[in-house]
Amino acid sequence: MTTAGWIIMGLSVGLVTSLFIWCLYRVLAYKPPVDKLHGIDDIDTHDVEPD
Amino acid sequence: MPGNKERWSSRLGVILAVAGSAVGLGNFLRFPGLAAQYGSGAFMIAYFISLLILGIPICWAEWTLGRYAGRQGFHSSPGIFHALIRHPLGKYVGVLGMLIPVVIYMYYVYIEAWCVGYAVFFLSGHLNLGGDVAAYGDFWSRFVGATENGLTFSTGHNQAVMFLLLVFTLNFLLIYRGLVKGIEFFCKYAMPALILLAIIVLVRVLTLGTPDPTKPDQSVLNGLGYMWNPGDVWAQLRNPQLWLAASGQIFFSLSVGFGIVITYASYLTRRDDIVLSGLSASSANEFCEVALGGLITVPAAFVFLGAAGIVGQGTFGLGFKVLPLVFSKMPAPWLFGAMFFFLLFLAAITSSLSMLQPAIAFLEEGLGLNRKQSVAFLGLLTAIGCVFVVYFSKDLKALDTMDFWVGTVCIFMMATTLIILFGWGLGLERGWKEAHYGAEMRIPDFFKPIIKFVSPLYLMGVFALFLLFNVFGWDPATGRFEPTAYVRDLIGPEPSTVARLSLVLMAIVVVFFLILIGTAGKRWQKIKAQTGSETETEVIQR
Repeated sequence: MTTAGWIIMGLSVGLVTSLFIWCLYRVLAYKPPVDKLHGIDDIDTHDVEPD
Repeated sequence: MPGNKERWSSRLGVILAVAGSAVGLGNFLRFPGLAAQYGSGAFMIAYFISLLILGIPICWAEWTLGRYAGRQGFHSSPGIFHALIRHPLGKYVGVLGMLIPVVIYMYYVYIEAWCVGYAVFFLSGHLNLGGDVAAYGDFWSRFVGATENGLTFSTGHNQAVMFLLLVFTLNFLLIYRGLVKGIEFFCKYAMPALILLAIIVLVRVLTLGTPDPTKPDQSVLNGLGYMWNPGDVWAQLRNPQLWLAASGQIFFSLSVGFGIVITYASYLTRRDDIVLSGLSASSANEFCEVALGGLITVPAAFVFLGAAGIVGQGTFGLGFKVLPLVFSKMPAPWLFGAMFFFLLFLAAITSSLSMLQPAIAFLEEGLGLNRKQSVAFLGLLTAIGCVFVVYFSKDLKALDTMDFWVGTVCIFMMATTLIILFGWGLGLERGWKEAHYGAEMRIPDFFKPIIKFVSPLYLMGVFALFLLFNVFGWDPATGRFEPTAYVRDLIGPEPSTVARLSLVLMAIVVVFFLILIGTAGKRWQKIKAQTGSETETEVIQR
């Protein structure tokens, strides 16, 4: 195994493995947005003067 | 109709199903052989360039087109093309998306049966045939019936048919259970199991050291060197055959242009991400191919047989003649041999399962058949094809002919159609916008010109090269044309009856499908007419 062989193997295997792990992480870590129900106090009607 | 409301139950499920469809025997047997043959340095450069400008863009295009048409209620290739090409003839273009997976299934399931057979043979000790590769070659030829037509139907030689019956039934049982309970459920377990088995076999191979002290050259390190040491990279990159091999490998490995990904993507909703999912499925395939397949097959064969044992072996030669010998020489051959062939079986069945779904989808939405009727209909059709392939087994002529004309030529045609449809038919801007609905990552903008110009041109260039070399038999050194065996078998001075019969079978299937598509088109029109102002989409989704 020559140095060039190690480099090509390392780059090829490293590239596809990193991409696979990154994709897997992104997919598994993703949390779908949860619809938030607002209470009456959360709603700002913009018609109340600040204290 | 339609009324098919099947949806994937989870995002990981669809990714694993698409990855399962892509990961096949080629990842573990074809890729390593090609990389070693063409010199890994140059080959990997061409391979990654092809991945970037061919594999991933077509993959995104297929996911997008599939989801787009799926929202309009279509899940089969003719239906999807009917939705995409607003022309009465549009749906007929989709015949390729049915023909390709169905015809490939007819012979692929037979190869799948060999893998199960070899796993069982290793477990039962039937593959301890000594140290001569010829003995393994003879065993394989008799097992698959390569020595004589009809051999595997005769008493005493019918083990391959028994295994075929087993895997054929398993495929249809899973497809009958449906998208979620069948395909998705199976792939969720099969794909992680496949990767785990491959890692175990990989660790075994990489720790073999130098098993025969009298042959110090045959070590794992030298095996890796044989696979990965580059030659004269720049000279090799000038070889058009290398580009054809690398892009062809990317293309077939990712299963783009089969008509499968568009069908799978059609079961997604608009809120579902397709950009990251498509990239994830492709990356899983690449990991299995480069990081696992690239480190197992060739180094293992080199350690026991040296370079001479690998050179000139095709996919089947490497997989079913050389590797059984290699595993039989390892410690605990029954364990690692069975593991390896079982992982090949998992790779194969996750692919063959996906080949049935496009036709099932068509029968349900085009002809209004229910799942049971569709499965029975498709089971009969593919069984006829399987019997044909298995009976005409001498030199695997029927299998080879079908693989070349449908499993290669038609795939090039389908993929070219899809990428042109995305970039020019749907329109790049519209397609781009469509792709990003629900997307969790953006496709980098430099892919825009790639998808619109580079991918179609590159694909057509590769297809032209393929026709020049593999159909017309062009010799760049002499500039002469000598039609290849595939052409001579059909129209040469000594034609092959089996090759011609195979072509007739494929032609019958095409005509049959075209008639069915015509019937489906009338049905879709009727539904549209009956529903007045309602769109076809709404009726279908109802």
